[in-house]
Amino acid sequence: MNIEIEELAKEFGATTALMPVSLSIPSGALVSLLGPSGSGKTTLLRVLGGLEFPTSGRVLFDGQDATGLSVQERRAGFVFQHYALFRHMTVFENIAYGLRARPRRSRPTEAEIDRRVHKLLAMIQLPDIARRYPAQLSGGQRQRVALARALAIEPRMLLLDEPFGALDARVRRELRGGLRTIHDQTGLTTIFVTHDQEEAMELSDLVVVMSMGRIEQVGAPREIRARPATRFVAEFIDA
Amino acid sequence: MPADIALPASAPLSARPPRRRARRVTTEPGWFRAALIATVLTLLALLLFLPLWEVFSQALSEGFGAAVASLGNPDARHAILLTLLTALVAVPMNAAFGIAAAWMIAKFDFRGKAFLITLIDLPFSVSPVVAGLCLTLLFGSGSALGAFMIAHGMQVVFAVPGIILATMFVTFPFVARELIPVMQEQGRAEEEAALTLGASGWRTFRTVTLPNIRWALLYGVLLCNARAMGEFGAVAVISGKIRGETITMPLMIEMSYNEYLTVAAFTMAALLASLGLVMLTAKTLLEWRFADQLAARHRH
Repeated sequence: MNIEIEELAKEFGATTALMPVSLSIPSGALVSLLGPSGSGKTTLLRVLGGLEFPTSGRVLFDGQDATGLSVQERRAGFVFQHYALFRHMTVFENIAYGLRARPRRSRPTEAEIDRRVHKLLAMIQLPDIARRYPAQLSGGQRQRVALARALAIEPRMLLLDEPFGALDARVRRELRGGLRTIHDQTGLTTIFVTHDQEEAMELSDLVVVMSMGRIEQVGAPREIRARPATRFVAEFIDA
Repeated sequence: MPADIALPASAPLSARPPRRRARRVTTEPGWFRAALIATVLTLLALLLFLPLWEVFSQALSEGFGAAVASLGNPDARHAILLTLLTALVAVPMNAAFGIAAAWMIAKFDFRGKAFLITLIDLPFSVSPVVAGLCLTLLFGSGSALGAFMIAHGMQVVFAVPGIILATMFVTFPFVARELIPVMQEQGRAEEEAALTLGASGWRTFRTVTLPNIRWALLYGVLLCNARAMGEFGAVAVISGKIRGETITMPLMIEMSYNEYLTVAAFTMAALLASLGLVMLTAKTLLEWRFADQLAARHRH
């Protein structure tokens, strides 16, 4: 699904989180929103997911206006910064949550839910943890479960907020590869937020560099490295 | 051995402090610990166990039969039923209001939030007698609202609705106060996750919010219930103390006591105390039964 962002702005009271920004994301791309904290990248992601509503501007999914769509209607697979797993549910129930939440006529049968959850657990290479609780998992395992839970709803796009932020360096490298693989397998348009330029450059097809609510530059990693558009971009990717 | 490595050891051996049992810096000396424990136990005995013991022994001073007989009196039976009814109405209402208020305060930012928090605490800071008096004035025949309601057959003051209202006012903060810190600590992320997975607001509340607060909610409800059954001041003012009609257990205890009906007063008091103890036991049993779940959550 391609995503078109037109003059999107977001204000929280008196503070402007997002200046009017425009951006076009081709279908199936793996895109990173890169910038320091307070640059508006998470706000942009949350607006796309329907968790915040923009003050002005439009969002189009495959050419259809999606600005007013509710968070449920967007069907965006969202992975939260600290994963936000349901702590009172097992891994199985966490992943099955989105399927069980469907209206009765489109809800899969118990057997089908079971099959899908185990398929997803195999996909994230954690086939044996279905009956554990989130508290019994490592950080890396939690992140992968959160990814599986987001994928279970057969999302139209995948949105990840600092997906590797809370992990140590070794696990981080491992999971980066995992995200790339899952993206290539599913072909989903994937957008992730990061403040780590190395992560953005290494993983994504398209990097969107942001600062203070503005988009500074959009381009392939190589392009941004070779020709930084502004002084900010040059300094930020150098750091 | 090279001289530079041996340097630290070159200090005279006798200067080393004598070996002692390994002790953490936070550990107090034995006599101090013993004194603290003794003080706490003495206070517990004086303030909690002795009075409770006294209540039960006074109730049974003329034998078990006399105690039971005093509860068989129709006024006493009515008081017990009225107290149970009051708790049965006031506690669920306050649980619902408490959840709603805590949810708003913990999960949303809005103007006047600090004011709302103060408002929730109001019943804690206002004397129950004053609260009862305010309600009596508001719903009594002297006020326009009261006169209107009485004219339409709705008697609040000196009647059961007034007792329930006064009880609700006094016990309002218990549930909300228990829930607010828990909900604030948990933040909004899990609810947002449920919404992105397609769950409706109601489903999110039922399957994510409520299970996450159930222990705090249970605790708040038990406290609220204990206070609701024991409320004296506000109820004393608004009920008018009509025997066999608006007398609750605490009021009955005071009346019996003033009439030198020692056994009746203390039997009722023992029953009221027992209701509280049953609640505490229930809570402890539940905690014990779900200990693994509680532990799993706290490790998170």
